[in-house]
Amino acid sequence: MLLNAEAAKAGQPRAPGADSPAPARESVVPNPESDPKIAVAGLNFYYGPNRVLDGVTLKIHPNQVTALIGPSGCGKSTFLRSLNRMNDIVPGTRVEGSILIDGQDIYAPSVDVVDLRRRVGMVFQKSNPFPKSIFENVAYGLRINRMTRSREELGGRVEASLKAAALWDEVRDRLHASALSLSGGQQQRLCIARALAVEPEILLMDEPASALDPIATQRIEELVYQLKDRYTIVIVTHNMQQAARVSDVTAFFWLGKLIESDLTNKIFTAPAEKLTEDYVTGRFG
Amino acid sequence: MSRTSRRKLLSALFVGFCALSVLLALVPLALILFFVVSQGIQSLNVAFFTHMPAPVGEAGGGMANAIVGTLILTALGSIFAVPIGILSGVYTSEYGGTRLASAIRFAADTLNGVPSIVIGVFVYGIAVLPFKQFSAMAGGLALGIMMIPIIARTTEELLLLVPGTMREGALALGATRARAVFSVVLPAALPGIITGVVLALARIAGETAPLLFTAFNNRFFTTKLNQPIASLTVQVYTYANSPYADWHRQAWAGALVLVSIVFLCSIFARLATRRLEAMRG
Repeated sequence: MLLNAEAAKAGQPRAPGADSPAPARESVVPNPESDPKIAVAGLNFYYGPNRVLDGVTLKIHPNQVTALIGPSGCGKSTFLRSLNRMNDIVPGTRVEGSILIDGQDIYAPSVDVVDLRRRVGMVFQKSNPFPKSIFENVAYGLRINRMTRSREELGGRVEASLKAAALWDEVRDRLHASALSLSGGQQQRLCIARALAVEPEILLMDEPASALDPIATQRIEELVYQLKDRYTIVIVTHNMQQAARVSDVTAFFWLGKLIESDLTNKIFTAPAEKLTEDYVTGRFG
Repeated sequence: MSRTSRRKLLSALFVGFCALSVLLALVPLALILFFVVSQGIQSLNVAFFTHMPAPVGEAGGGMANAIVGTLILTALGSIFAVPIGILSGVYTSEYGGTRLASAIRFAADTLNGVPSIVIGVFVYGIAVLPFKQFSAMAGGLALGIMMIPIIARTTEELLLLVPGTMREGALALGATRARAVFSVVLPAALPGIITGVVLALARIAGETAPLLFTAFNNRFFTTKLNQPIASLTVQVYTYANSPYADWHRQAWAGALVLVSIVFLCSIFARLATRRLEAMRG
């Protein structure tokens, strides 16, 4: 943790492994006046009688990676899953407050949840490829949303998505093999390709690398870094080095409250709140 | 005796009793197979499969009509039961929290426990009396009603084994709930469901009681669905009750064919499951 704090101080968070330095970068200061991609205001979330999110207000800006950190059970996954209304399928949940995406309230009655979920893609903690071929996994979203007109177009989109997820070279010769024959890291990149295929604007990632070995993790992180040029990314992570490496903005959750959100460098070097500092320096959590 | 050796002895005794119970449970199966095979094989010949029953007093003849009848009846039963069973299984697993789902589950368990003769009488009331005609259709309906709860419960249990993350993955791509179930969850559980269906088939292929007042029996060959039809089980029952030694032999042969059908179904179910699972890698 200390080491990481120092790296962050230097202003250049780096990917692990000296041979493959992540490109040096400056976090772009989000202009508070500019329109956020996602604007969450006063979000309360209940599982039955339990309130798991308490008055969360957060703006998420386009083409940035926003990391959500915090100890287990702090509500960060619930928060993430409320952004594409994935919690709707859990019985007994209730939402208060508002979540606007491009200024539109996603919990408004007129919103089509199915369309919302196409626009807000999601990658899960445990890779969950369908028991189909590699090709069919990526084509699935395109087929159900009727996004392609011809076989050629479908094939092209599948290829482009696999390339975007940095998986194409490894699977190009066995597109029709079962997706379950891939390694864990490949499966997770397949799930990313599958999410990218339906052209979402926002990509939600729920601890996408927590079940992977360090090398596979590094590949996912590099991918996240590349993808932010085209997507708005929100990533939940338990790994603070990872948050420091991949994100521009970090939001710290604790007991269902958003304690602090700021530029990642600032969160890891000079957080405003004592609680944040204790957490990122490993004093608890 | 030391404490440890006493515990070891108790453990050995317990394992011994378990093994003995298994043996006792297998004895009836072994005896059934032994008698059916040893008695049935003597009268089993090509004529048994290709010939019609011989008139009383004449030796020989076969059960061609009953074999075809059993196949038709089980096929009809599946046509009724497979769609309804699978769909209600989908409902109870995917909408499991609702009251209707618990009601369906309870109804399926109750239906499963209803004696088969009662189902036969019920179908007699709704599908035989109104038409004043025993029919293959009525027999198939009775068998179908017996299959529905088995298939529904198997489907439900297998769908619940499919990880929830699979559903979420489909929903997150913009699939509707129904789409997620039919394009991802159901295919994932398909090998198991096929096994369940085939085992249900094997189970109802051996039913006699529901057919007694529905399909009745037929001395003649028919494939008409609105006519009474023969079946192996009813034929075996009739022949075994008869006073003729030749018919007794034929009954044994019929029993052997029935047991073989059930056996083949089980093997087919296993193979199909393995094939499908291998295809998925």
